[in-house]
Amino acid sequence: MIEFSIWDILRNLLLATRWTILLSLVSFVGGGAVGLLLLFLRISKRKAVRAFAKYYIELFQGTPLLMQLFLAFFGLGLFGIDVPAWLAAGLALVLWTASFLAEIWRGCVESIARGQWEASASLGMGRLQQMRYVILPQALKIAVPPTVGFSVQVVKGTALTSIIGFVELSKAGTVVTNATFQPFTVYGLVALIYFALCWPLSKSSQILERKLNVAHRNH
Amino acid sequence: MSLIEITEVRKSYGTNEVLKGINLDVEPGEVIAIIGKSGSGKSTLLRCINGLETITQGSISVAGAQLIDDEVHLKALRLKVGMIFQQFNLFPHLTAGGNVMLSQSVVKKTAKAEAEAMARKMLDRVGLGHKFEAYPDELSGGQQQRVAIARALAMQPIALLCDEITSALDPELVAEVLAVVRELAAEGMTLLMVTHEMKFARDVCSRVVFMHQGRVHEIGPPEEVFANPKTPELQQFLGMH
Ligand SMILES: Nc1ncnc2c1ncn2[C@@H]1O[C@H](COP(=O)(O)OP(=O)(O)OP(=O)(O)O)[C@@H](O)[C@H]1O
Ligand SMILES: [Mg+2]
Repeated sequence: MIEFSIWDILRNLLLATRWTILLSLVSFVGGGAVGLLLLFLRISKRKAVRAFAKYYIELFQGTPLLMQLFLAFFGLGLFGIDVPAWLAAGLALVLWTASFLAEIWRGCVESIARGQWEASASLGMGRLQQMRYVILPQALKIAVPPTVGFSVQVVKGTALTSIIGFVELSKAGTVVTNATFQPFTVYGLVALIYFALCWPLSKSSQILERKLNVAHRNH
Repeated sequence: MSLIEITEVRKSYGTNEVLKGINLDVEPGEVIAIIGKSGSGKSTLLRCINGLETITQGSISVAGAQLIDDEVHLKALRLKVGMIFQQFNLFPHLTAGGNVMLSQSVVKKTAKAEAEAMARKMLDRVGLGHKFEAYPDELSGGQQQRVAIARALAMQPIALLCDEITSALDPELVAEVLAVVRELAAEGMTLLMVTHEMKFARDVCSRVVFMHQGRVHEIGPPEEVFANPKTPELQQFLGMH
């Protein structure tokens, strides 16, 4: 039997970590874009549009991410579409992330005083102009800490994609364990790597939040 | 033709009818004080004129333009009528100058240099030319309200709606804001103002509207309304003030 040094193990895990990071980035950026769209739908003047966004958000928040991954992976297969694991993983995570970000951001937008909407409306601004120049610049500042905080959930969420066969950090952990028979060492290292990814994110979210609370000024 | 024509305007929130058939014609250059008890519908009336609330029945027109509830018509109307709020509602992320420039650039697509020149002029007009770079939270309430007035004036409206614009101010700051309004009135700006400043209403306004339970209960020149109230409701209201 071949002996694996701890460096061999770590090297293999770190190589797979690239995919965890890439998938996290794709989910976060894609989810952010879809989430922004959802946010606009969610606060639309039209009731049907608002309802659509509301049900979308409830559906994706109310079902396990794992089921969404399965459905994206196997569901599309039913229609004869061959979905590679990376695509199903990316798609499900983007849609899942979007539902949470849209809801986080909606809260931020709604925390802006009604007077800001009224003043900008009375100056003749249309709804998109109000959002663009008055509401979002203020909401953005409040939104940063919870948004960064949520990115931790996205990183951890990518671990689930190992189940549909996407080789990221968790899946690599299983593969390496099968080759080395050192589950404790391997998963210990996997956990450490996740921690190294997530801790800076949650810490910066906390720092940002404290900074915003200390700063009385809104600019 | 009057500048602002309010005809049989009704407004309900659910089953609660707040405006019960308001008729009011405002001539160019008139300064109208709206007085009345809390809940009599004063704010609602102003908000309807600006399209912040949609009316249930009746019609409102400003300088011949009908108030119709779609974005194009509302925008056209709002370019003619500015509104000043009790809570100032300045944009906190912009400087005083930025506040006055924003809608010019965004709504009227005015070039930056021109918008800035206009902003400086309007801030000068309310006595705050030197505060161009100040953020709202660096200004006193009175100064904030004057910036809000400058912001509305920069859109060159033909009428201004003022809803208790001094009510959120410390007493010593009321005068500076009223002085600005007094000047606007003298320059011929058409003003509709909800106010509790009876002395101001008496001095500056051409007509006083007393609202009671969603109706114009009494209307007339200030000398008449204040010196010789006809209805017991107005007598009682004035007795309290
Ligand atoms: N958005 C709303 N939804 C439901 N009811 C409302 C709303 N706005 C106002 N009302 C009701 O309409 C009535 C008139 O309110 P309005 O604000 O016009 O009174 P007001 O004369 O301005 O009083 P105040 O002097 O207290 O400002 C009140 O009974 C109020 O409860
Ligand atoms: Mg009011």
